[in-house]
Amino acid sequence: MESSAKNKELYQDMVKKASPNSHIFKNCIKAFVVGGIICCIGQFITNYLKELGLTQNDTGIYTSSVLIFIAALMTGLGLYGKLGKFAGAGSIVPITGFSNSVASPAIEFKKEGFVTGLGAKIFIVAGPVILYGILTSVIVGIIYYFLK
Amino acid sequence: MAKHIGKQSVKFESKISVISTASTVGTKEGEGPLGQYFDVVLKDAVDGEDSWEKAESKIAKDNLSLAVKKAGLTMDDIEYIFSGDLLNQGTGSAYGIRDLKRPFFGLYGACSTFGESMCLGSVMIESGGASKVLVGASSHFCAAEKQFRFPLGLGTQRPLTSTWTVTGDGAAVLSKDGNAPFITGMTTGKIVDFGVTDANNMGAAMATAAADVILANFKDFGISPDYYDLIITGDLGYVGKDLTIDLLKKEGVDISKNYTDCGIEIYDRESQDTHSGGSGCACSAVTFSAYFFDKMKKGELNRILFVPTGALMSSTSVQQGESIPGIAHAVILENSFEEVI
Repeated sequence: MESSAKNKELYQDMVKKASPNSHIFKNCIKAFVVGGIICCIGQFITNYLKELGLTQNDTGIYTSSVLIFIAALMTGLGLYGKLGKFAGAGSIVPITGFSNSVASPAIEFKKEGFVTGLGAKIFIVAGPVILYGILTSVIVGIIYYFLK
Repeated sequence: MAKHIGKQSVKFESKISVISTASTVGTKEGEGPLGQYFDVVLKDAVDGEDSWEKAESKIAKDNLSLAVKKAGLTMDDIEYIFSGDLLNQGTGSAYGIRDLKRPFFGLYGACSTFGESMCLGSVMIESGGASKVLVGASSHFCAAEKQFRFPLGLGTQRPLTSTWTVTGDGAAVLSKDGNAPFITGMTTGKIVDFGVTDANNMGAAMATAAADVILANFKDFGISPDYYDLIITGDLGYVGKDLTIDLLKKEGVDISKNYTDCGIEIYDRESQDTHSGGSGCACSAVTFSAYFFDKMKKGELNRILFVPTGALMSSTSVQQGESIPGIAHAVILENSFEEVI
């Protein structure tokens, strides 16, 4: 049982053979359906708000806010985690997934206080998305400025 | 005095008796196949406390006390406590044990901690340094997820190779006087690292350490797998169990006939959705304390090799791209005691 480079390589092959793979096709279908439903709900809200006479810009903001609220509420009730287990990327990619990734650490780290716990850890999952999202938008903005 | 055997084993000369055990588990474990064997099944994950970490400490304290009570002793009779857990700086154990006011060694061997506790507790008795010691280990699913993985409410999918951390505490009172079963020997494991980096496949990371220490046990004592009624690893799960069997087959040893893993025994993976099985310090600790101890007491098992397994990584080491080192300690438990030649 020497952990030589050759044995390590052989072992990686053994691990690969012994480890079951996730059901990618089944998961993709589930993600497609659930993600689609979430987007349909968003579209439904948008149409409804338009009916009420809101402008295009305002409907976008209100629709996002409603979806974010629903997902945060579902996270608090312990439902979004269950949805995520079923849907995978289908519930992570829409804006509701972003809401869940902020709300769940907020709940988890509340016990360590509102500043050192909740405050410091709230973006532990969403932080990279926010940072690199903003960074990308700045870069794209600069490119756009020069190409315009 | 204990006898050093082979490269890394010890044969005890004293009759180190396991006079009592106690097990406390969470609701999920209580609903599992071993549910009826546990002493206490908690109603919820916080057990009356306001955080999971505090709950783990309370579970540890209550369960250690229960083991002492079941032995017909009081805490004052206990000369040392050996215990550990998964939380940073061992707070899961220490915060519970501070109220017990007994001399304490806090241990960390990741999920192999119960094996480490049993080994060192036995050495303490064998040395004459104590006549009664309390050994234990605890873990908590929610607290472990929070420290090692993601917030509980985050909607993610767990890979099929992942395991489920057992909530609970397993404890045993070891004594120089008492009835069977006895701890008659031990093989201390080496840190073994075959370069597994996937923190969602701990069974694979630890299987090499388990195979290594089991092989060492056979070599040091000059025995073969059928010497034992059962060989029991700690928390390798389905993936790790298969790998351990394959690794040992390559070394010319077949343990497939009398080998199981606590992580497989504790949950029903179909109905409980636990994927590869159970894990955590409590996995081997409660499964031994509740189930295998009972089987030995009834004489259904008379000689076992109990091998709690651990992965010695932290969330920081994983983020820095380090591989996951495994460790395992083998404890020999027998109903008959043969004098050392």
